[in-house]
Amino acid sequence: MNRITTLVSTACMALAGCERGSDADGEATPGNGDSPPYASQYRPLPSDATLLQGATILTGTGERLEGADVLIRDGKIAGVGTGISGDDAQVVNAAGMWITPGIIDVHSHLGVYPAPSVEAHADGNEISAPNTAEVWAEHSVWPQDPGFVTALAGGVTTLQILPGSANLFGGRSVTVKNLPGRSVQDMKFPGAPHGLKMACGENPKRVYGIGRAVAPSTRMGNVAGYRKAWIAAADYRNKMEKADNGDGDAPIRDLQLETLVGVLDGEILVHNHCYRADEMAVMIDVAREFGYRIAAFHHAVEAYKIPDLLAENDICAAVWADWWGFKMEAYDGIRENAALVARAGACAIVHSDDERGIQRLNQETAKIVGAAARVDIDIAPEQAIRWITLNPAKSLGIADSVGSLEAGKMADIAVWDRDPFSVYARVKRVYIDGALAYDRDDPSVNPVTDFSLGTAAVSGGAQ
Amino acid sequence: MKTLTGSGLLLAALLFAGAAAAQSIAITGATVHTAGPAGTIENATIVITDGNVTAVGAGLAAPAGSREVNAAGKIITPGLITPFGQMGLVEVNAVEGTVDYIQRGDQFSASFDPADAYNPRSSLIATNRIEGITHAVIAPLPREPDELGNQSRVLSGLASVVRLSDDDFIVERGAAFVANLGETGGEVAAGSRSAALMILRAAFDDARDYAQNVQAYEQGSRRQYSLSRSDLEALQGLLDGSKPLLVRVHRASDISTAIRLAAEYDLDLIVLGGAEAWMVAGELAAADASVILDSLSNLPVSFEQLNARLDAASILSQAGVRFAIGGDGASQNHNARNITQSAGIAVANGLPWGEALRALTLAPAEIFGVADRIGSLEAGKRADFVVWNDDPLELKSYPEQVYLGGDAVPMQSRQTLLRDRYLKSGSEKPPAFR
Repeated sequence: MNRITTLVSTACMALAGCERGSDADGEATPGNGDSPPYASQYRPLPSDATLLQGATILTGTGERLEGADVLIRDGKIAGVGTGISGDDAQVVNAAGMWITPGIIDVHSHLGVYPAPSVEAHADGNEISAPNTAEVWAEHSVWPQDPGFVTALAGGVTTLQILPGSANLFGGRSVTVKNLPGRSVQDMKFPGAPHGLKMACGENPKRVYGIGRAVAPSTRMGNVAGYRKAWIAAADYRNKMEKADNGDGDAPIRDLQLETLVGVLDGEILVHNHCYRADEMAVMIDVAREFGYRIAAFHHAVEAYKIPDLLAENDICAAVWADWWGFKMEAYDGIRENAALVARAGACAIVHSDDERGIQRLNQETAKIVGAAARVDIDIAPEQAIRWITLNPAKSLGIADSVGSLEAGKMADIAVWDRDPFSVYARVKRVYIDGALAYDRDDPSVNPVTDFSLGTAAVSGGAQ
Repeated sequence: MKTLTGSGLLLAALLFAGAAAAQSIAITGATVHTAGPAGTIENATIVITDGNVTAVGAGLAAPAGSREVNAAGKIITPGLITPFGQMGLVEVNAVEGTVDYIQRGDQFSASFDPADAYNPRSSLIATNRIEGITHAVIAPLPREPDELGNQSRVLSGLASVVRLSDDDFIVERGAAFVANLGETGGEVAAGSRSAALMILRAAFDDARDYAQNVQAYEQGSRRQYSLSRSDLEALQGLLDGSKPLLVRVHRASDISTAIRLAAEYDLDLIVLGGAEAWMVAGELAAADASVILDSLSNLPVSFEQLNARLDAASILSQAGVRFAIGGDGASQNHNARNITQSAGIAVANGLPWGEALRALTLAPAEIFGVADRIGSLEAGKRADFVVWNDDPLELKSYPEQVYLGGDAVPMQSRQTLLRDRYLKSGSEKPPAFR
């Protein structure tokens, strides 16, 4: 983003290169040499057994517990409930505080469009062709983005970093633990599947057809582009399978098709940027034609118009609370969107797509809950919290290890000084894999990126 | 059904426009945060006559013949003012034909007045009005050069204060001159912050010279000026001290430079953005300069915002700097309504609640010279106020009723119409027939 365009940040959010967003095999192998290339090298911070005592707990599974405890042991949640005995655990008095699962943002460009947002850092969207399924966002992630730290101060423990939305196929996303490391490998969520960023609508047709005189230049051109690519992927998979069975030579390895085959094989999850209801309905048919699943529609501004379709097809709608009007396909945005999706029994997610929004997904959620209450849709905090914890975990394929406070899951936890859906709420502490990663009352605990050294961020920027 | 729903908004708007009542109204029983000298008044009565507040006080009896509106248990604040934006000058950012705020070219820079393009029927107006925003400052912005190579200039033009009503909406035309310093200034001035400063000085000097030599200028016997005649004329309102200079600037050193420039030409200064304003809070206070703070700024998104921090509002407040919250961020137009959230976050980061409300009401009115008419609930001011169900800064709170000039505004927007249509699930017919 250059200087003038940052003046109109809403417009920028709307436009192609700005909506920015891939992952690797992610098998965690402590150490390195023996692990596959690009694998997660994530290692939790050292942790002690900890008992958080006497809080109001939103478990992420739809329950709210009062005066309850969370026991953390060996980086995992060892117990959630009342009157838990910690034995040797360090006891933290959390009376008056609220505890939630660590917040998960399904749509972020931290690291690929980092701060400072100078041209030299604009690594989030390989716009050179309408299909760049071969690129991996993780190969752009700059772990020194100060935005990771401010997001941590907002309770975010896991995020999906996506390539941008200029292309029909933008490339692979990566899911990371929000612990700034020396490399993206240090941050990669162990075992998390890659995602594939796809985009509908205005961005691809504008960037290519109108901007560069190559297809697509229309929405029908977009759809033809997806279908052609899936046909090529199915063909590639077929040839690979034949070669595996000794029937002919394998084709030359094609990174682009490899990603698409990963989707067809169910190993890579589709995260599809799509605003309009009618386009989502078409994308559901494209997925049916080629036999793949869509994990989530992102920026699904009009999801409230088709919640039944989303429920039927088990597709999450990842939405903002109230962004609207920055471009035509966002004109029909309403604050009640996620609430109407949830009311229909579909999976609602509140996402950020923004280095500021990621710091307060709890607040974005609260605005939706407030708007819904005005039309007599009552959403309890224990339900709303799922929109920024278990539901995004589900769409990322990591719900078996994070997203709720259940025994055996990773101890990724946010401790709030009050109801997190109050504007006055602030995160007191964040635990990631049972280790204290952020403490508002003890800045010595908190990470400072190299870039932020010597600035006010050290003393206050992330506060 | 279709006709009724589709025309509902228009109908409501017409009713609203024609509802000016001569009868006095008394709003009773609420907790009123006046944002004025009277502070907060419990069990207050607000008396309204001819669209103006005639009295505010605890337990005042409703005047004889007045219509009483019981607001017991409610919270009332002045209408909120979004202190910098382009509301009514844009419908959809990416749809060029709806965008009227961009200054480019040489013919009109200082004199560029986008207020004539203001559209009170823009969907942004009702959407934000029903969330408590009653006034907006609308201002020009620079952009990258257009296809013909027309560039934006250091001076962007005039900011105006508008009331979010269907008619009689201009509160103050040309309330401030907008200029770009810092990185943006350097960019539009072709390469350096200093060049932006030099362009401003040349403009001000030319405008002074012009004022003293109008006749010679008309006769073509005066040296060439750096600005058009229209700009030279407009700048007289700045140089005579009647209107402030609003500069978009973040870096502490750039703010200090702007303060020096203002002193040099004896100008009233407003700093827009001000990510590092907290670092020079003392200087700002001493210069009686104001800040329109983007209070959510806490990341080094540019090298001029390296020291942005979330508690900036609190620091400015403690230093006695006059500041408004909002502006130069995502919440300035379509979501101007989110200035309450920004203010709430400032409170969470140390700003006293009353100061936060002031930063959304009286402070912006003072900054743009309209505090004699709007910004607080006091006798003699327009009856523009909001009845809230709860703490206006809280995320789940909402206005139950907004009043403009004493008239209840229809609590409807294009978004509520969309919402209500899709709330009706289970219908056999497609939404277009609901």
